[in-house]
Amino acid sequence: MTITNDSGTDLAVPSELITVIVDGVAIGVPKGTLAIRAAEMLGIEIPRFCDHPLLDPVAACRACLVEIEGVPKPQPACAQVVSDGMQIRTQFSSDVAREAQEGVMEFLLLNHPLDCPVCDKGGECPLQNQAMSVGRPESRFTLDKREFEKPINVSAQILLDRERCVSCARCTRFADQIAGDPMLELLERGAQQQVGTADDEPFDSYFSGNTIQICPVGALTSATYRFRARPFDLVSVPTTCEHCASGCSLRTDYRRSTITRRLAWDDPQVNEEWNCDKGRFAFPYLQEGRLEWPMIRENGELRTASWPEAIDVAARGLKAAGADTAVLVGGRSTMEDAYAYQRFARAILGTDNIDFRARANSSEEHSFLASHVAGTAIRVEYSDLESAPAVLLVSFEPEDESPIVFLRLRKASRSGTRVFSVGSGATHGLEKMAGTCIPAAPGLEASVLDELPQDVRDTLAEPGAVIMVGERAAASAGALSAAVRLAESTGAALAWVPRRAGERGALDAGALAGLLPGGRPLTDTAARAEIAQAWGIAESDLPQPGLSGVQLHDAVAAGRISAALVGGVEPADYPLDAVEALRELDFVVSLENHHSAVTELADVVLPVAVVSEKSGTFLDWEGRPRPFGQVFRDAMMGSDAYVLGMLASALDAHQPSSVGDIRAELGRLGPWHGSRAPFTATAPASAEPGIRLDTWRLLLDLGVMQEGDPHLAATARPTVARMSPGTAQQHSIGAHVRLEGPGGFVTLPVELDESMMDGVVWAPMNSQGCRVYRDLGVGYGHTVRITGGGTI
Amino acid sequence: MSTPLTPVITEFWDRPDLYTLDGYRAVGGYQGLTKALQMDPDDIIAQVKESGLRGRGGAGFPTGMKWGFVPQGDGKPHYLVVNADESEPGACKDIPIMMANPHALVEGVIIASYAIRANHAFIYIRGEVPNAIRKVEFAVKQAREAGLIGTNIQGSGFDLDVVVHSGAGAYICGEETALLDSLEGYRGQPRLKPPFPAVAGLYASPTVINNVETIANIPYIVDRGVEWFRGFGTEKSPGFKVFAVSGHVKRPGIYEAPLGITMRELLDYAGGMRDGSDVKFWIPGGSSVPMLTPEHLDLPLTYESMAEAGTMLGTGTPMVFDQTVSVVKAVTRWLEFYKHESCGKCTPCREGTYWITGVLEKFEHGHGEEQEMETLTSLCSQISGRSFCALGDAAATPYPAAMKYFRDEFVAATHTSADEQFDPIASYVFAGAAAR
Repeated sequence: MTITNDSGTDLAVPSELITVIVDGVAIGVPKGTLAIRAAEMLGIEIPRFCDHPLLDPVAACRACLVEIEGVPKPQPACAQVVSDGMQIRTQFSSDVAREAQEGVMEFLLLNHPLDCPVCDKGGECPLQNQAMSVGRPESRFTLDKREFEKPINVSAQILLDRERCVSCARCTRFADQIAGDPMLELLERGAQQQVGTADDEPFDSYFSGNTIQICPVGALTSATYRFRARPFDLVSVPTTCEHCASGCSLRTDYRRSTITRRLAWDDPQVNEEWNCDKGRFAFPYLQEGRLEWPMIRENGELRTASWPEAIDVAARGLKAAGADTAVLVGGRSTMEDAYAYQRFARAILGTDNIDFRARANSSEEHSFLASHVAGTAIRVEYSDLESAPAVLLVSFEPEDESPIVFLRLRKASRSGTRVFSVGSGATHGLEKMAGTCIPAAPGLEASVLDELPQDVRDTLAEPGAVIMVGERAAASAGALSAAVRLAESTGAALAWVPRRAGERGALDAGALAGLLPGGRPLTDTAARAEIAQAWGIAESDLPQPGLSGVQLHDAVAAGRISAALVGGVEPADYPLDAVEALRELDFVVSLENHHSAVTELADVVLPVAVVSEKSGTFLDWEGRPRPFGQVFRDAMMGSDAYVLGMLASALDAHQPSSVGDIRAELGRLGPWHGSRAPFTATAPASAEPGIRLDTWRLLLDLGVMQEGDPHLAATARPTVARMSPGTAQQHSIGAHVRLEGPGGFVTLPVELDESMMDGVVWAPMNSQGCRVYRDLGVGYGHTVRITGGGTI
Repeated sequence: MSTPLTPVITEFWDRPDLYTLDGYRAVGGYQGLTKALQMDPDDIIAQVKESGLRGRGGAGFPTGMKWGFVPQGDGKPHYLVVNADESEPGACKDIPIMMANPHALVEGVIIASYAIRANHAFIYIRGEVPNAIRKVEFAVKQAREAGLIGTNIQGSGFDLDVVVHSGAGAYICGEETALLDSLEGYRGQPRLKPPFPAVAGLYASPTVINNVETIANIPYIVDRGVEWFRGFGTEKSPGFKVFAVSGHVKRPGIYEAPLGITMRELLDYAGGMRDGSDVKFWIPGGSSVPMLTPEHLDLPLTYESMAEAGTMLGTGTPMVFDQTVSVVKAVTRWLEFYKHESCGKCTPCREGTYWITGVLEKFEHGHGEEQEMETLTSLCSQISGRSFCALGDAAATPYPAAMKYFRDEFVAATHTSADEQFDPIASYVFAGAAAR
């Protein structure tokens, strides 16, 4: 074990310490520690290029050569496992080590171009820095440097300047060991050795951007950032990724009020040092196509309005509807914003008709969240996945739906964790986790969970086993109930993994009918009293349980709701009719930062801040708070909470509207120790005939938060329909298939997948050429008609 | 002549049918195997240890000790891999063995596999020698048909499959761990050690990797015994060696003699230097070992005596150069070889060979600069002992040795090209004595 390697468990006291002496200073280190890590612990920095604490040692660059007592040749500190009493002498105390390092540094600079003044890495370059600290002042090399055509695309997003490469193999090892996408390889040999890909097989990885960040020279650059800025001109702010519930720690860099790049930041407990390409590259939306001014609908058309006018119209409209308002809080909201929405709904509008689940959901899910998730402390964390004997995934495709969970599960699987997935087939993501598919048709997971093979059940009964249910389980009747039963009978921990960054925070903030902040049941007297006191209102002023989910939708459709307050919602996540239903309402207020299907029908549109313009907190799937600061401190746009505060003022009420005030109020409330609503199980769905649709949102698709980076979009996976050869044969389907639902049809190329069960077809939920809700009018687990497709 | 030739592996090379099973059996082949299969495997390992046989691939590691490193009863499959990737400039003894006496190799493979409890053996042959590959494949096929390879070999209960694998033309694949990577289907680059192959080699299982000649020795040791084997050679370098003499000698070729024979004696067997020519410098075993001069001709060719002289026995394939050869040019050619064959994995070898070769080419063309001689010396010391594997060390060998004995030629190469100093035509085989 290396100290930084086992990020989650490194706090545990190692059982056996051995003593090593580095430059004359003794230190106790755990057995198995590498010399370079032992030196780091003493603050002794040995130069390195190929060494990376999260990658297997390769000892290729030889920059870290040190002298070890009793060993004739200098040894690479990055691969040297220390032994008790070992005497290590670094460049600070050994001429052999210093000369060896100088020699290597001189060699590394031979063929490296001195284009630092135009290189993206210049200013933050390990080669530059270490050449300064341990290199010779002047090179003796007078021959011609090796040249390569530059740059080449290893993917649409990643560019490679081969002449800058020092062959450290960090990128290739990352691709192979961490991401499991080994398309990046070293080719050729000797001085012609170069990183490359096979012909026509680009570096097709959701995690490709990490290679840029760990490249110790400027060989790998992104099309987005290349030549845009110098590191020393950038202002860096620690942030949290808003794209999913993985909770990555990021660093956002900007220059002259323009975000130039985002990097994965180091958080051993969560994302280690990695992030996905969506989190890294999907940021142009933060600044492009923004709503700048409030708008109100006049004679059927939206027109720009002043803030006072728009707030006045919105406040009057909402006041008129009062308790007949539905408040829809999307998964993009921060916890503080979600808190503001629910407080506004309950304390000011007097309604409990609130739901953060702007996506397919169910009352079974509501009961599950209320009884098992809302306001609970962290039960399963990333490090638990690493140490788990087995992890069972239910309606959850980590690589697409929570990529850092995927990376951690892949890491776990490499050290023995068995991964099982209850799904329609073994995806590539599952293969990369060495996982086993337990076949279940979408929508029929419950009965499969109830009848798991005994060996799987036995593995789940081992201490530390984890069951992870994805948010899609809500669309499968009885699946969550079966998962609860399975967890109870095996003792495995149960984790719920929503897709959107804001969902878990919104749940804990109380943005769900019947659930006050912290998971307090709205029907619980003590809970009501606590909340009423905190909000300075009478307990009787708190509403009675309202509607959510399907009931709320039905009420809207039936005309029992007259207005809606909508914020942070991605309309593409909604089954089609949910957005359509809003059209029937008398009055809709939309808090948005971009035009959307909701702003199109809204009566008042109030622009709000994006994550870079506000501070806030997301709770990741673990339930871990991921607070982030404001990147642009002089941003002119207010957060949702701020705008809701203005609305409250217009309604002669007050509610906290700054992040600080809201956090303070949440802090005062504290966790809920009272009772929770019991879980109400739902019976499994019975199988109906027909082809079932399996679908989820791919990591890179038509999501509005991915707009603005064509290079990122070009790395999205091609839109295909997957089915088993048997299904294709039975329905006489060749190269293309036509999927047909009540809302229409799409024709897609077919990818036959031996691992898929018969009677299921998979299609991406919101990708180019296939938007399931809009194009087919069906969703996950519904039946579709498939026919041979002809041409597209 | 004091030291007689002792043909063992090469004894019957004049038999045209030696490469066939019948021919090999006619001269006593596979008797060692029959004996071996009646022995306890551990006794064979002990016998090889006692024989003192040292690896013939160049490093001279004791073979029996290597076999003894394989953990027994570990429940993992064991593998024997024969390194037949002979690619070093000057080395030409494994390929002749495979061409002329492939069954000695195959018999040795079976015995060695039996000893280390391997049920799979691989013979990794350099890809550029299809004739040798065909000969070995033919021998393996015949041995399989005769029940010498397969299941329950000669009723012993021992099963063995032998795979002949062709390399794809990379010197680095002669490095044992790079060979394993290549054999597994990866790009041939050396692996980090530890773990050593004896613990985690091919497919992460205990693996013994031996040179062709080493393995070809085994049947004779098992058949004829330790005492017989130790009757040849010296205490520290027992046995005989297939010496392949090349260069400006009258009869270049294979001479099997006890270790300890001198280069002068080998030169005599090879007919002496060509007419009108004297030894200028020579290398005992492949370009990776430092060169020697005529004053070293009477040193015994043993692992220990060569080490004392500051070189190595290496593959035991001496190249002899006469006065027509430019040392600068010879060293440049060798470095060009290492530059071309450097796998690229580690910085010192990848960049160092690139740089040294470039500077040497300047010298070759008479454009060397005096201070660059010092630069080259320091570059070699920046590679030697700092590279990932022995390829880098080997590349750092020729220049310092050449400087030790022939510094003047490098000084001259600062103004006069190698071809002007030494007429290249004169060094050719076809050049008459007059040209010299």
